[in-house]
Amino acid sequence: MTAVAERPAAVEAPKARTVEVRIRRYNPEISDEVRWVTYQVQAYPTDRVLNLLTKIKDEQDGTLTFRRSCAHGVCGSDAMRINGVNRLACKVLMKDMPAKLTIEPIKGLPVEKDLVVDMEPFFEAYRAVKPFLITGGNPPTKEWLQSQADRDRYDDTTKCILCAACTTSCPVFWTDGSYFGPAAIVNAHRFIFDSRDQGAEERLEILNDREGVWRCRTTFNCTEACPRGIEITKAIKEVKQALLFRRV
Amino acid sequence: MQTHRYDVVIVGAGGAGMRAALESSNRTRTAVLTKLYPTRSHTGAAQGGMCAALANVEEDNWEWHTFDTVKGGDYLVDQDAAEVMCREAIDAVLDLEKMGLPFNRTPAGRIDQRRFGGHTRNHGEAPVRRSCYAADRTGHMILQTLYQNCVKQGVEFYNEFYVLDLLLSPRADGVEVASGVVAYELATGEIHVFQAKSVVLATGGFGKVFKTTSNAHTLTGDGMGVVWRKGLPLEDMEFFQFHPTGLAGLGILLSEAARGEGAILRNSEGERFMERYAPTIKDLAPRDIVARSMANEVREGRGAGPHKDYVLLDLTHLPREQIDAKLPDITEFARTYLGVEPYTEPVPVYPTAHYAMGGVPTNVEAEVLRNNTDVVPGLYAAGEVACVSVHGSNRLGTNSLLDINVFGRRAGIAAADHALGVELPELPAAAEQQVATMVRRLLTSTGTERVAVIRGELQNTMDRNAQVFRTEESLAEVQADIAKLKERYAEVAISDKGRRYNSELLEAVELGFLLDLAEVLVVSARNRKESRGGHAREDYLERDDENYMKHTMAYRQADGSIALDWKPVVQTRYQPMARKY
Repeated sequence: MTAVAERPAAVEAPKARTVEVRIRRYNPEISDEVRWVTYQVQAYPTDRVLNLLTKIKDEQDGTLTFRRSCAHGVCGSDAMRINGVNRLACKVLMKDMPAKLTIEPIKGLPVEKDLVVDMEPFFEAYRAVKPFLITGGNPPTKEWLQSQADRDRYDDTTKCILCAACTTSCPVFWTDGSYFGPAAIVNAHRFIFDSRDQGAEERLEILNDREGVWRCRTTFNCTEACPRGIEITKAIKEVKQALLFRRV
Repeated sequence: MQTHRYDVVIVGAGGAGMRAALESSNRTRTAVLTKLYPTRSHTGAAQGGMCAALANVEEDNWEWHTFDTVKGGDYLVDQDAAEVMCREAIDAVLDLEKMGLPFNRTPAGRIDQRRFGGHTRNHGEAPVRRSCYAADRTGHMILQTLYQNCVKQGVEFYNEFYVLDLLLSPRADGVEVASGVVAYELATGEIHVFQAKSVVLATGGFGKVFKTTSNAHTLTGDGMGVVWRKGLPLEDMEFFQFHPTGLAGLGILLSEAARGEGAILRNSEGERFMERYAPTIKDLAPRDIVARSMANEVREGRGAGPHKDYVLLDLTHLPREQIDAKLPDITEFARTYLGVEPYTEPVPVYPTAHYAMGGVPTNVEAEVLRNNTDVVPGLYAAGEVACVSVHGSNRLGTNSLLDINVFGRRAGIAAADHALGVELPELPAAAEQQVATMVRRLLTSTGTERVAVIRGELQNTMDRNAQVFRTEESLAEVQADIAKLKERYAEVAISDKGRRYNSELLEAVELGFLLDLAEVLVVSARNRKESRGGHAREDYLERDDENYMKHTMAYRQADGSIALDWKPVVQTRYQPMARKY
């Protein structure tokens, strides 16, 4: 076998297939009823689900509404439920998907139109955990010193792109929207474990609230949903341990 | 229609806009208008780093950085502006660190630095470690850090507000000053007039004029387009950067940091071809040179793959721990989108449209110029939308993250200073009218043309005719294509007639800006009969300092045609030399 033949996606003569895409449509400007509309789309194995949505909007139905921007998994605009699982539409390749797709908005946030949800409650929870560096005393002339090991301590939670895939996959968040949700805790973790930060006490106090970290039932939905591969459940566990340790 | 009054209105919430907001919002009533949510901006896609001569890991100084920037820009850089940027780079990085940015660290706990294309020690002797970085998601960390600090400072955002017009009003002495902007609210379809003493444009670039691009769907040049339609000039629009290492066929960016960490470009014969084109710094030559070298390898039949239409980025000799620690995101892109495992296989890459060196002309205070010398009082621009010009005809890697921080900060300070010294200007009569008419026309159009068809044809002809290599013939062809597409655009119609989250309507508006800016790019490119930096003419292979050591200034005429003029380049320390690496 030649080296070229071993490089599949880039060189295989792409074969398109017809995919059935079933989408939850809702536009209160027209009707309060939810409609399910099915579209037939030609899809290549290298197509992302976002490409299919774009094709539908461009070629079949311009009214289909969804958010998107970077299209390669770093901006966090296009989190949605694809065949029952929260994913970024731009990170799901059709080669990994069956010929039938069901697409819905992420759950637990008010739907505004089609796949667009109101993100404000999500960002409100984020803002509530003081997601910024809190320091005291005189700042250094140059940079704060931090060892690479201390830097590595919170590396995982700096990857968050605030797409809400985790929070809207959490059963606790679905049943009680006042729970902060995993993303807010991830962003609190990012600062609590930053050696430069002195706001851990304030943040832990906020997360110790009845809507805080103790509501987590460790179902791991969030970790599975995270498109950035953050070990969210582990981060939440570390925050819980910090609270317990603090109380000892 | 609603009317709002602020001291400072900032348009765009990427790095430049939020950096400006941090300066202005603690001194003046500031609003930030963004067509996305702040953390969705394309600053977050930047990977490799932000250069500053901290000298944390080896000898370095900001004068060397300035020289590299000037030479990298093929001497079309305004040297006073480059000096400002490279000198202030050091504080810009330290400011971000104090705001919380998690830079990678040296063993001594200082900010770590690595090599990057075109950044050298002592005026070109050898690559230097100048890029401060956070793995390969430096832009993400800058965007998050700036947003975090905006949250801390209570900055007021208007999310998903599309600014579609700039308002100018005559002052008592007759000079036109900025008086606000008109925005369309995506959620409701309502038009909002923002009356302001200062307006800062920080809307980013317009890479979506090309098909193969690293740019987000949303980078449609709205800020430049709005300025253009007001009869204000655009500078150096022919200079567009094609980043060498886009994933082949997709355009998704693989950071130059890969080569900074030691990755090598190879042709189908396995040859490290950059040794022939840039013997001293090889794979770390500036982007324009590497992109042309790659395109040349493919053209001469040494491309890899079944169609011989790409080259290979080889990381297989790098230790896996180094790849995992320093380049985790981009190796995941290769796995996800091409199914290639960078540990063991070289990654197919080809140049991708990446960055506009040109834009809205400004001075070093980020004030927008109305001609070669006079400013529009109260109007500022920073970041990719602006042309200071610190990038000249080719931007060095990492200098964009630097640009947004240095000039975003300067724009915020200047806008606040100005706002504190003037009264709120009167709004022009029927301020919202132009936007209202445009929206109504699109909603009621009965034409038969579709947005996606025209956009696709524009992107195809731009890729075919105005990409890495250009000729009089190819540029004439794309100009004729654009003229026809503009006629068809007048007949464009949309199917969504609603007011609620009408993204189809806004795609139609954005297409109008793309067509305008593509035309300015092509007309400016046809007029520059030389090869310099990102503008490579096959019919004029050499740089021609005698005739073209000057900036292009393009103006929209009342009849819609384009008038071209020139602006002198500011030279301080460095005389133009042949550009060898």
